[in-house]
Amino acid sequence: MIRYLIKKLIILSILLFFVSIAVFSVLFVLPGDPAQIILGINATPETLANLRAELGLDKSFIAQYMDWVGNLVSGRGNRSINYDIPVYDLILSSLAVTGPLALLAMVFAVIFSLPFGVYAARRQNRPGDVTVMFFTQLGLATPEFWLGILLILLLSVHWGLFSAGGFPGWSTDFWGSLKALILPAFALGIIRAAILTRLTRSSLLEVLHEDYIRTARAKGLRERTVIYVHALKNALIPVLTILGLQLGQLMAGAIIIENVYYLPGLGRLVFQAIGQRDLPVVRDIVLFMATAVVLVNFVVDLCYAGLDPRVRLE
Amino acid sequence: MNHSLLDIENLSVYFDTPEGVVRAVDGISFDLAPGETLGLVGESGCGKSVTSLSILGLIPTPPGRIKSGRIKFEDRDLIGLDTENLRRIRGRDIAMIFQEPMTSLNPVLPIGRQVAEPLMVHKDLTKSEAFQEAATWLDRVKIPAARKRLSDYPHQLSGGMRQRVMIAMAMVCRPKLLIADEPTTALDVTIQAQILSLMIGLKQELGMSLLLITHDLGVVAQMASRVVVMYAGQVVEEAAVTDIFDQPFHPYTQGLLKSMPRLRVRGDSRSQRLNEIPGTVPLLTEVIRGCKFADRCPHVFKRCRQQQPELFVIRNGQRARCWLKSYPERRTT
Ligand SMILES: Nc1ncnc2c1ncn2[C@@H]1O[C@H](COP(=O)(O)OP(=O)(O)OP(=O)(O)O)[C@@H](O)[C@H]1O
Ligand SMILES: [Mg+2]
Repeated sequence: MIRYLIKKLIILSILLFFVSIAVFSVLFVLPGDPAQIILGINATPETLANLRAELGLDKSFIAQYMDWVGNLVSGRGNRSINYDIPVYDLILSSLAVTGPLALLAMVFAVIFSLPFGVYAARRQNRPGDVTVMFFTQLGLATPEFWLGILLILLLSVHWGLFSAGGFPGWSTDFWGSLKALILPAFALGIIRAAILTRLTRSSLLEVLHEDYIRTARAKGLRERTVIYVHALKNALIPVLTILGLQLGQLMAGAIIIENVYYLPGLGRLVFQAIGQRDLPVVRDIVLFMATAVVLVNFVVDLCYAGLDPRVRLE
Repeated sequence: MNHSLLDIENLSVYFDTPEGVVRAVDGISFDLAPGETLGLVGESGCGKSVTSLSILGLIPTPPGRIKSGRIKFEDRDLIGLDTENLRRIRGRDIAMIFQEPMTSLNPVLPIGRQVAEPLMVHKDLTKSEAFQEAATWLDRVKIPAARKRLSDYPHQLSGGMRQRVMIAMAMVCRPKLLIADEPTTALDVTIQAQILSLMIGLKQELGMSLLLITHDLGVVAQMASRVVVMYAGQVVEEAAVTDIFDQPFHPYTQGLLKSMPRLRVRGDSRSQRLNEIPGTVPLLTEVIRGCKFADRCPHVFKRCRQQQPELFVIRNGQRARCWLKSYPERRTT
């Protein structure tokens, strides 16, 4: 376990090193001068030059990279050009939206996909299965934003059950904040549930042909026990992989849905920061996203070890 | 026979496959008395496993289906028994051990739990009582440090140990009938001997019946009192074990005996090749008018290709599906 942790940490640092170089290079060559954007098109060359010097934009590639990494490593952190506050604070406040949104979305995804996947597998090729498969096909073909808009139209505009967007903030209005996340999380979750349902079904069908399932039946176990204890625990192992990927992806922010629902999450933050050429914010967020994916991966590994005794964390 | 524990009558099991209907089991009958050990032998693919699985209603349907027949167990027909009643028989009255110890145990559940499960469903034992009993059984099948092993997972055990776990799991409810489908085929020779002697010991102790499926006549000689020989989904010969070895009637049985390594030696040079029956088993999708063994039979004559022989009585307790009974002069060499 200790060895495993050390290995993960080494992988994480190598990954972050390459990601930092990649993101820095891409943003470096990207057209669009932050100073110009801040000062507007009427700025004089002198004020522009002054601001560029102040922001360190006139230094060499290496020097700028060292500045950036130096700030991160020393704990000083970088400041947003646009808001003039530490990027750290920006990320943290966005994460307070994106984190719960991602988790809630995965909760929706799991509570829909598991029961329907099991149901479909047990009725393979019969009407119940065909119906479930039809809806998953629909889910796979539905764009997130479209479902999001549809939900707003139906549940917010038409029935007035939810607000149509915006986020009051956890400290101001806890329940209101939670409620604001339900529709977007549902939209994100239901679409991910489509893949997970199909995966649960096919994985379970495969496991049901295994010899140990025949053994379980030969013992006279109830069908319930055979399915939910003997089969499902095995069938969930591949499902967990995709679930982890989805969660990692959601933790990095759901740009489109956050924009549809006006949620101040990571996706919106990075979206705006790119538009404003707020380079320190973009760089730090991309690094953070890479870290988040690795961390989720780590949690998935722990779950693997919990499900499958043959997996050793090394 | 009224006193039999298991009585299979005219059982046919078909599989609907893209290649056509596979007649895996085609009208077989045999019975098994309480306490008896019956050997069911035949080449790979002749329908031994399908027969044993249909006893417990474990044929995957579709593609499989029971075409016809009766499987009487203690005056109840298991075919057509509702799932709930069948489930109560499985693991309690009839238990089964499978060929592949590597894949027959659930890889993600501790073996203690897997052995204790039949007790919890059939005997209403509490979890701790069942685990207690499971530990006792693991001990009886000679798993060292049984109590400590309860929380082990299958991958931590060797093949032989896993088969011992399978035996313990099958025995915990003290079944009246144990079906062992090639219990030692996947194991190496020394382990085979240990597992067989373990089964002999347990059988004597509990007095259960044993349906022993194998293609190893040596195992049959050691364990069984009566033998049923299957070929291409049919019973071709049935006899007491001594008669099978001393005076086999069916050319297929004779071929099987010749291919047995141990009986072959007798002064011959050791390098002599295993005497296999030439030819291959017919496709089970074909409908064959005559004897199914005709293509491989050294004594084949006209009648064999025209009409299927019935199971003729050869002598008391011995029957064979062969026209040589009516035409003994046709037996060459
Ligand atoms: N699920 C299935 N679908 C289609 N055909 C099947 C199925 N199960 C068994 N069969 C067919 O039934 C026939 C008998 O198979 P069975 O497993 O009973 O053979 P066996 O005598 O046990 O052989 P072995 O010694 O290899 O275990 C085979 O020809 C096989 O093709
Ligand atoms: Mg078999």
